[in-house]
This record gives sequence, C-alpha cells and structure tokens, in this order.
Amino acid sequence: MSTAILAGLTGAALIGLGLYGLITHPHPLRKILAFNLLGSGVFLIFGIIARKGAAAGFAADPVPQAMVITGIVVAFSATALAVALLLRLVQETGRTTLRPDAPAKPPDAGADA
Amino acid sequence: MLALASALTTTAGGYLLVLAIILPVIGILLSLVIGGRHAERIALALMPVGFGIALAIAIEIWRTGKPLVYILGGWTPPLGIALRADGFSAVMLVTAALVVPAAGYFARANFQTPQGQFEARAPLAFWTLLQALWAALNIVFLGGDLFNLYVALELLTFAAVPLVCLDGRPETLIAALRYLLFALFGSVFYLLGVALLYGTYGTLDIVLLSARVRAEPAVYVAAGLMTAGLLAKTALFPLHLWLPPAHANAPAPASAVLSALVVKGSFFLIVRLWFDVLPALTIEAATSILATLGAAAILFGSILALRQERLKLLIAYSTVAQIGYLFLMFPLATGGHPWSADAWNGGVLQVLSHAFAKAAMFLAAGLVAESLGHDRISDLRGLGRAMPMTVFAFGLGGLSLMGLPPSGGFAAKWLLVKASVESGQWLWAVVMLAGGLLAGGYVYRVLAPALANGSTPLETRKSTSRSREAIALALAFVAVLLGLAPAGFFTFLQIGRSAAMAGLQ
Repeated sequence: MSTAILAGLTGAALIGLGLYGLITHPHPLRKILAFNLLGSGVFLIFGIIARKGAAAGFAADPVPQAMVITGIVVAFSATALAVALLLRLVQETGRTTLRPDAPAKPPDAGADA
Repeated sequence: MLALASALTTTAGGYLLVLAIILPVIGILLSLVIGGRHAERIALALMPVGFGIALAIAIEIWRTGKPLVYILGGWTPPLGIALRADGFSAVMLVTAALVVPAAGYFARANFQTPQGQFEARAPLAFWTLLQALWAALNIVFLGGDLFNLYVALELLTFAAVPLVCLDGRPETLIAALRYLLFALFGSVFYLLGVALLYGTYGTLDIVLLSARVRAEPAVYVAAGLMTAGLLAKTALFPLHLWLPPAHANAPAPASAVLSALVVKGSFFLIVRLWFDVLPALTIEAATSILATLGAAAILFGSILALRQERLKLLIAYSTVAQIGYLFLMFPLATGGHPWSADAWNGGVLQVLSHAFAKAAMFLAAGLVAESLGHDRISDLRGLGRAMPMTVFAFGLGGLSLMGLPPSGGFAAKWLLVKASVESGQWLWAVVMLAGGLLAGGYVYRVLAPALANGSTPLETRKSTSRSREAIALALAFVAVLLGLAPAGFFTFLQIGRSAAMAGLQ
C-alpha cells in the first residue's frame, strides 16, 4: 500500500468518525470535537491532492496547501464561536445539551462538563 | 473559446465589483475602531452608497449586455481569483442592497446606544454584524472561485449566527448553537467536494471548471457532497430543523435579513453549481431528488406553519415551505428544453419575491410583537384597527407567498407551473397548487382575527412609528411589483448564462 493511499484511507476514516460523532452525540461539545475530527480528515485529503500536483505537475502543488491553511483558520474560528456560544449557554442555564426538555444542572456543575 | 478569454480578463467597470465588497468591510473596520454610537452612523451612512454601487453594477451589465469581470491582482485563473457578475448576481446584489438597508433603518429603534453611555454591546454587535453579513453576501454573489466561495459562506455563517442570539436569552443561544452546528456540517461537506474537484481538474474557477468537467465518478461524488452541504445551509427539508427556532427567536430586523437573504446565499451557490459548473453531467436522478425534497418541504413546512401558535414561528415555518419551491426549478430548468428558461426565471423570481415578502412579514411581525408585547396569533383580534399599515404589509407579503396575482410570487409560481405542465411533469404543478392553498390557510389564520372587529379595542403598549411601518410596507410593495416585471427583466437575468443552458428562446 502506497503512502498516498494510506493517507487517503486515514482521511476517509477520520471523516466517517467525525460525521458519525456529529450526528449521533447529543452533547454539543462532543459535536464540536467531532466537527474538528471531520475537518482534519478533509485537510488530510487536501494534503494528498497537493501531493498529486494536479495543477501544474509540480512535485507538491502549493495551492491546496494554501487552502488547508485557510481552512484551518476558518475551522478554528468556527470552533471558537461554537465554544463561546456553549459557554454562554452553560452560564445562563447550567445546561450542556440542546434538548429543550433536558433538566438543568447547577451552573458550577455544568461548567466543567 | 472567445467566451473563455473574456471571462479571464478584467472588463471596464470591473472595479465596481471590488467596491461592492470592500465598502461594507471598510464600514466594519471603522465601526470597530471608532466604536460606540458611531457604529450605527457609519453603517447607516454607507448603506445608500452600497445601494448605489449595486445599482451601478446592474446598469453596467444592462448597458453592455455582458457580465462584469475583475481579475484580482492581475493574476489570471487557475492561479488567480476572478470576481464575476452576471445578470443573476446583479439582481441578487440589488436585492441585498435594498433589504439590508431596510432592515438597518428599521433597526435604529431596536439597537440604539442608550443616552449617556459611550458603547453598548448589542448595538455595536448588531451594526458590525449587519455590515459583515452584507459583505459576505456580496462575495457569495460575485465570487468566481469555489474555494473563495467556501470562505464567503463561512463568513456569512459567522455573521448570521451571532445575530440570532443578540439578546442572550437561553432559547436564542440554543437556536444559534444548533444553527452553527448545521452550518459547520454543511461547510465541511462543501469543502470536501471542493477538494475532490481540485484534485480532478486542478482548478476551482467556475468558468474554467465548466469547460473541463466531464461525467466521471469523482465529479458525481463532489457534486453530491457540495450539494448536501449547501442544502444544510439552505435549510431544505429534512435539514430544516435549525431554521424555525433560529429565525423566530432572532430580533425582527435580523430575522428579516436571515430569512430573506442568508438562506438565499447558499441557494445561489447551488444554482451556480448545477447550472454553471456541472452542466455536463446527466443529472435527472439528482434533480428529481432535489425537487422531491422541495415538494416535501412545501407540504411539511406549510402544514407546520398552520399549526403554530406564535406569529414569528408561523412565518419561519413558511420560510421552510417557500424554500421548497426554489428546488422545483431543478428538474424543470435543466437540459436546455424549450421550457427550461421559463423554469429558471420562475425559480429566480421566487428567490426575489420571497426575499422581499418575507422581510416585510418579519418586520411587520416585529412591530406587532413590540406594540402588543406578545405575538400569540389567537390574541390578535382587532389588530387591523390598531395597526392598519402593519397588517396591510403582512397581507401583501402573504399575497406573494400564496401566489395570488398580481404579485412576484404569482409570476414565479406561474412560470414554474407552466414549465412543469409543458414538460409533462405534472406532479410538481399539483404540489405547487396545494402549497398555494396551504399558504392561503396560514396567512388567513393571521389575517382573519386581525381584521375581525375586536369586542374591546386592542391594548397597545406603545404606539408604533409610522416610518418603521412604512419600511415593512415598502418591502411588501416591491414583492408585489415583481409580479409586473417586464420581459426585459428576464432578458437581463439571462445575461451571462451559456446559450445551451438557457434553453431555446
């Protein structure tokens, strides 16, 4: 098995795991982590595409690398925004799930969950 | 390859496209640096300028009959990035340039910095986010590169999500977080599709790609992933779950912009993708799936709207239903048949008329909630006497949602129904007519008590300002006027579309 195929399969596995987590976990923090796993898988795929040098037959195409850097910045900001919203939610209600009927925990118990 | 060459060189007037994007960005930066109550003044002062730029772009395209192109930094694609505006982009730019300022002037009463205070959190956030949202929308409408469009989509999400939870109530935080999670799922799928397309063809420029794309497995997978991602952001059934709480809990001017423009941003990209990037694919199965989901959205959204107790939730579910109509254009407008152009025009007209009608209805609902202190539909008796202009604006918006003549919604649905009859795809026509009846039902549910004579005069907590009522009414009038769009308007919409895709006219 060549390195590229191994990396591709790893990327696919990360995407699958991330997607599974994003859909099935009720807890928003786990969803955010799953989103990051999913994003890492996608960035790995970009890495392999850079290796292929599709654009101009370079040994390593720099364009996908630039895209990955941008993508990481975007994913980082998205994660920061989601975590900020979640923290605010915990401060306001003490809850850490999105279900409207879930019982509220006391604020200090929810903060470290 | 003359068309290809002209898509890769800056045209006269191309600088307008850059101005349309950097003007709101300058506003954001100034608002953040100067801060305080100046944020509001900067935002409101720049809005007429932004409208002027959007109008200038539209006039320039109308005058030359060709799309505007700007090549950033003089680097031609595939290495560089192009901004392009065709007829569709120009119409969307002008729509955004009307709805965003309308929401802005409406919001002056909601997001004023209190007297004697230098800076307040919610107003500063609102005015900068509104400008950020506008900038992101303009990039979505002008971007010529799929990765650039990914960044634009993310900017749009990052501006839209905090608008939902500006007042910080727990239910708005939950709605915003759920919205963000759906949007992130959508964008990461879109990004994966972009990676596959780049890996296959070595370019992400829309024009270059459309010349290179062939029907092969990688392209089908990429198209599926990107479409699924964009559907989550557009809130097509069954990925609509985030929309009603987010749009219903946001402050009224924010709801208006979210429902009118933000969901249309990702829909715009789906149209770009299927009609401009991937026309080479044979996609009957895919377009049928999209239209089936659209039909389900129409029925499901309308029935849920009928069952809502609160006015803003009713309007939000109606958005779910009206988004469904947009997707009926896909099986009808692809393939270059004689009816394709009609169906495409109908779909675009639905985008526009829904934008204006829904913005008007959310603003009207906001006024109702402010003056009554609640928006329970059952307690609206006598509203027509207390706030006639607001109820009239709501009714005119409803006219367009139902698709009654003369309104933009009527013209749009007429074109789509006509195309579905001509193409022999009767099912979509039946769904559209049923959707119109259901829309009539939920609009009636609001208007019937509002126009009934209340036994006791309705207690209003504070009188509403005439000018804010006028803004809602003006938007509703635009939705109606779209129904009288002349043939030249549709010629304009087709500027920049390839002749094969536009159908035989």
